[in-house]
Amino acid sequence: MAEKPQISSNTTSANFSSLPVILLLGLFSLPLLVMYAYLFVDTISDTEVGSLIPNEFTLRHWSFLWETKTGKPNIWLVTLNTFIFASCITGVILTVSSMAGYVLSRLNVPARGFFLAGVMVLHAFPSVTLIIAIFIVLQWIGLYNSLIGVILVKAAVELPLGIWLMKGFYDTVPWEIEMAGTVDGASRFTVWRRLVLPQIKPAVMALGLFSFLTGWSEFIMPQVLAPGAKVQVLSVYLASLIIDDNNFDFGTFKAVGVFYVVPVLILYVFFQKHLMNIYGGGTKG
Amino acid sequence: MRILLDKFSKSFGSTRIIEDMDLEVGSGEMLALLGPSGCGKSTTLFAVCGIHRPTSGRILFGDRDVTHLPSQERNVGVVFQSYALYPHMTVEENIGFPLMVKRVAAADIKKQVADIAALVHIGDLLGRRPAQLSGGQQQRVALARALIRRPDVLLLDEPLANLDAKLRLDMRSEIRRLQKETGITAILVTHDQVEAMSMCDRIAIMKSGEIVQIATPSDMYKDPRTSFVASFLGNPPISFLKGRAQQGAFVLGENGLRLPLAALSGIADGTALSLGVRPEHFGTAGGVPVEGRVVFAETQGRENLYDVVLPDGSVLRSIQPVRDDVKPGDSVRWNLDSASTFVFAADGQRL
Repeated sequence: MAEKPQISSNTTSANFSSLPVILLLGLFSLPLLVMYAYLFVDTISDTEVGSLIPNEFTLRHWSFLWETKTGKPNIWLVTLNTFIFASCITGVILTVSSMAGYVLSRLNVPARGFFLAGVMVLHAFPSVTLIIAIFIVLQWIGLYNSLIGVILVKAAVELPLGIWLMKGFYDTVPWEIEMAGTVDGASRFTVWRRLVLPQIKPAVMALGLFSFLTGWSEFIMPQVLAPGAKVQVLSVYLASLIIDDNNFDFGTFKAVGVFYVVPVLILYVFFQKHLMNIYGGGTKG
Repeated sequence: MRILLDKFSKSFGSTRIIEDMDLEVGSGEMLALLGPSGCGKSTTLFAVCGIHRPTSGRILFGDRDVTHLPSQERNVGVVFQSYALYPHMTVEENIGFPLMVKRVAAADIKKQVADIAALVHIGDLLGRRPAQLSGGQQQRVALARALIRRPDVLLLDEPLANLDAKLRLDMRSEIRRLQKETGITAILVTHDQVEAMSMCDRIAIMKSGEIVQIATPSDMYKDPRTSFVASFLGNPPISFLKGRAQQGAFVLGENGLRLPLAALSGIADGTALSLGVRPEHFGTAGGVPVEGRVVFAETQGRENLYDVVLPDGSVLRSIQPVRDDVKPGDSVRWNLDSASTFVFAADGQRL
């Protein structure tokens, strides 16, 4: 993540030597690299206080994987919760924004301009400022300390961005395709589902990944709205480790951190091409 | 199937595009809507296929009033200027899409797609995607998709505009062949008079939302009703001389050219007139000699095109079989076939 993506690495037409650039970037990236290296090394070794060189290999810090710590929920339950949390958010965001974006892009709905502006304002609103109000509302309707509640809230907060992104991508789909679809006899829904949606598949992929990653890394909402042991997610679990003054264990904290970031890294490795799409804004069919 | 537009009007907001247009296209006929951009020809086409709702008036297919039917229920085939093929589908899926929407059985779709693909000569391309096709092939796919539902009406919106010149020639005859073979009623929207004249049974020339004249291509060429129609048809285009009526003759300038014309009997002396002369009616044949100076010569292979400036500054075009003896700058005395000229009043109406 620390490295810059190489722009058009397949075209070797640079008219200058790239070696100095690489050296310079390498030099500046070195501290980050050392940080990541130590993050990993520290999880599988013990180091004497004040020393930089580890003196023994140990798997003790990873023991949270096979034994539940006292006072803490089972790590696998927490991981499952995080998966459910991130996946449901992704599902809700994709479903709602792909439909709402289409409506805002194509259909002549009343108050369309107002709606677009309103969605934008919502996006500009820091969600933390709403958290107490949301807390009260959730408690009122009985969704406090439940995954459903926090999923709905998080998805709602992320929706404006998704709707706007989808609208932008729909705007690039030519009208003629829709006209052709309707004169071919397809209903408006079929046109959307079978003809228009496939055109913006790269954008849907990108938004899906983006939503999953936001859900995976979300901390403040689960912390406030669903802190209970049964519904805990990884970020909350991680935080609970560091504020636990009685059993302070830096090694375990780092190990959980690595464990937490691995799925993200895997996603990046496989899907970074799609993720780039969201910033590039172009649909390559 | 006959198409009838009855007092059809269309406005977008407060902008009136078309007002009270009447148009009838006979069954099995191919009609061209010809006009400059912005004249409302595409608007008319989109109203016929149901993408635009008419502001007022009726649209009939045969005896069926389709004015308020959505385009899904009108059974029209449309070929768009950009072809509008579905990029994520193969050619086969593209062509079969209208049937798939109708929930025709898959085996049946396959058979019908194969039939129609053979008709438009793309039988070997069914597995490809639109991006892997040339412009002409995409055009054929678009045609096949428009025809597979056996539509009552085929609508073509500038179908040849995106093709290169050679291919345009091929597709022109190809589309006409398909239209004749299927016997389908067709409307072609174009701003290219050559397309309109070569492909269609009749041409409707439009200008700012109105049909100026509707006639067969040769009638329209020989007998244009207004100077607009005359200037729109013909390549190279007609040239106009501005003059006045004088004792049943057209007079150019103070003591310049004088053309006695039968059409001018009964026109008051001094009436401002405009004389349309097609390039093929000015040259070696014809009865009235005209002096001028060649300012421009262009060879087109079989023929040469000359621009001749008359003493009063107006320009006549002449197209002649290739000759090497005339160069820009030469003074010439060529003949004008006065019987084939058109006289228009100042408002553009033919006299």
